Amino acid sequence: MTTNMEFTITNKAKTVTLALIVVGVLFTAIGVFTGMSDHHFATRLLANGLINSFFFFAIGLGALFFLALQYATETGWYASVKRVIEAVAGFLPYGMILMLVTLLTITFMHGAHIYTWMDPEMYTKGSHHYDAIIAGKRPFLNEIFFWVRTLVYMAIYYIFWMGFRKRSLLEDSVGGTDLHFKNYKKGATFLVFFAVFSSTSSWDWLMSIDVHWFSTLFGWYTFAGMWCSTMVVLVLTTLYLKKLGYLPNVNDSHIHDLGKWTFATSFLWSYLWFSQFMLIWYANIGEEVAYYIMRIENFKVLYFSMFLINFAFPMLILMSRDAKRNAGILTLVGLVILSGHWLDVYIMVSAGTLGANAQFGFLELGMGLAVLGFFMRIILINLTKAPLTPANHPFLDESVHHEI
Amino acid sequence: MAETVIYAMYDDDDVLKDGAKKLVAKGVKIAEVFSPFPIHGIDPIIGVKNTRLGIMAFIYGITGTMLATYGMRFFMVEDWPMNIGGKPNFTYLDNILAFIPITFEFTVLCAAHGMAITYLLRNKTLPGMPAQNPDPRTTDDKFVMEIRLSENSNFSAEQLEGMIRETGMIELDQKEIK
Repeated sequence: MTTNMEFTITNKAKTVTLALIVVGVLFTAIGVFTGMSDHHFATRLLANGLINSFFFFAIGLGALFFLALQYATETGWYASVKRVIEAVAGFLPYGMILMLVTLLTITFMHGAHIYTWMDPEMYTKGSHHYDAIIAGKRPFLNEIFFWVRTLVYMAIYYIFWMGFRKRSLLEDSVGGTDLHFKNYKKGATFLVFFAVFSSTSSWDWLMSIDVHWFSTLFGWYTFAGMWCSTMVVLVLTTLYLKKLGYLPNVNDSHIHDLGKWTFATSFLWSYLWFSQFMLIWYANIGEEVAYYIMRIENFKVLYFSMFLINFAFPMLILMSRDAKRNAGILTLVGLVILSGHWLDVYIMVSAGTLGANAQFGFLELGMGLAVLGFFMRIILINLTKAPLTPANHPFLDESVHHEI
Repeated sequence: MAETVIYAMYDDDDVLKDGAKKLVAKGVKIAEVFSPFPIHGIDPIIGVKNTRLGIMAFIYGITGTMLATYGMRFFMVEDWPMNIGGKPNFTYLDNILAFIPITFEFTVLCAAHGMAITYLLRNKTLPGMPAQNPDPRTTDDKFVMEIRLSENSNFSAEQLEGMIRETGMIELDQKEIK
């Protein structure tokens, strides 16, 4: 058993991630110059900022959740891929910075037509655009309380992440079971916070875009999408490391398990998408269906094909045992549904902010690619910072002999 | 044709597994292992092939999906159009959302029942069928390995017994079965 195997970023990976960032920034610049004169430009720019910062922040957060879940359930098999999970979760602080910058800019622009409830015109009685529903939601949806909540979520996620990482590295040198049981308690505590915050934060950051509308399923729906994206990133990173010859303890069964998680979370997401859609369709209440009518009017093809791809693609292709053990198939399905879930977030934000004025041009592609390159680079850097095998994990032996 | 079968009993699954490994390494073919619970990792040792039950589950599931779709189209649209909540009642496709939960449930129902019945049939363990296991204690806390002489023509019964005795078994039995 080889431990202490240090990962170094290959020159190819450095070039690819840098190229993604450069191309992304270039495209963004083209998008800015060609779109600047547009009346909706500020909204479009910030909407894209929100899409990309949320999507990649959520993947980091999903990895933190997944890590906490493994601690709380005292799972054995994952020990060999634990450092991969930590590398992805390590994007969290960077994702938070992206989120905070975007949210702060939006706040300073009084909502920038993204969070219309931040616009004083909307809630000041007697003003031209006064909206009684928004004014009624003021006790919850106001800038101060919004920022208090946002900062509390971020602070708690950050504190838990730093604790997990610190104990994980400490375990390598100390060993024993004290840290393991501490992780167990902290993991369970994190899940309690996360159970509430994953819902409320999605209301704050995404659902409040469509401020008149609400859905009790929305939090789970967003969470399922982010969990699925996280599992895809974990599979792809593990396969990449395997291909380079790292992670000697990871065998077909670990890949199979990660594939199963991808398969299962795709179903979870599809199930919640469908449940939300079907109930609203069936009840056909004006306030509720408005949300979907906007999507069907402006994004009909994208919206439904996104659902079909994210649902049918993993279901039909990843169903068999052999497919979940095949690196090529997993990579293909993973890349397709990762783009599918990005598209999901794109529509979530764009439909309520730009609606008919939404575009997909250099700006959208550029910002997506730039953040993707940055995200990949950070994960690679995180991988170099710790041995890829957690030497003293109490379940390491079980994980090495994992066989299903 | 009557056949001689040797039954070796163990009181520990790990001992049985190690014993099976040693016997197989010497070229002995083990016909079957009886155990009160699934022994992890015994299948590849004694050469049991991967189950094809999953393929059958898929076929049963697809059958359920098709039956449900056909049935609901016939009941709700064709035979007696039902107007529920003002939804258009002359087209299946426009109402497909309402039919999906039932399609899903029926798919699961058919897959689950089909699998259970196939499993019982294939193992010859339908209710009322005669028991296959050689000793009732294998449903409690003992493990039995079955070795057929006809499948091990390279060895004599004495040679086989000698090899089995070295594997830590607790009881040895030889039977003629038809």
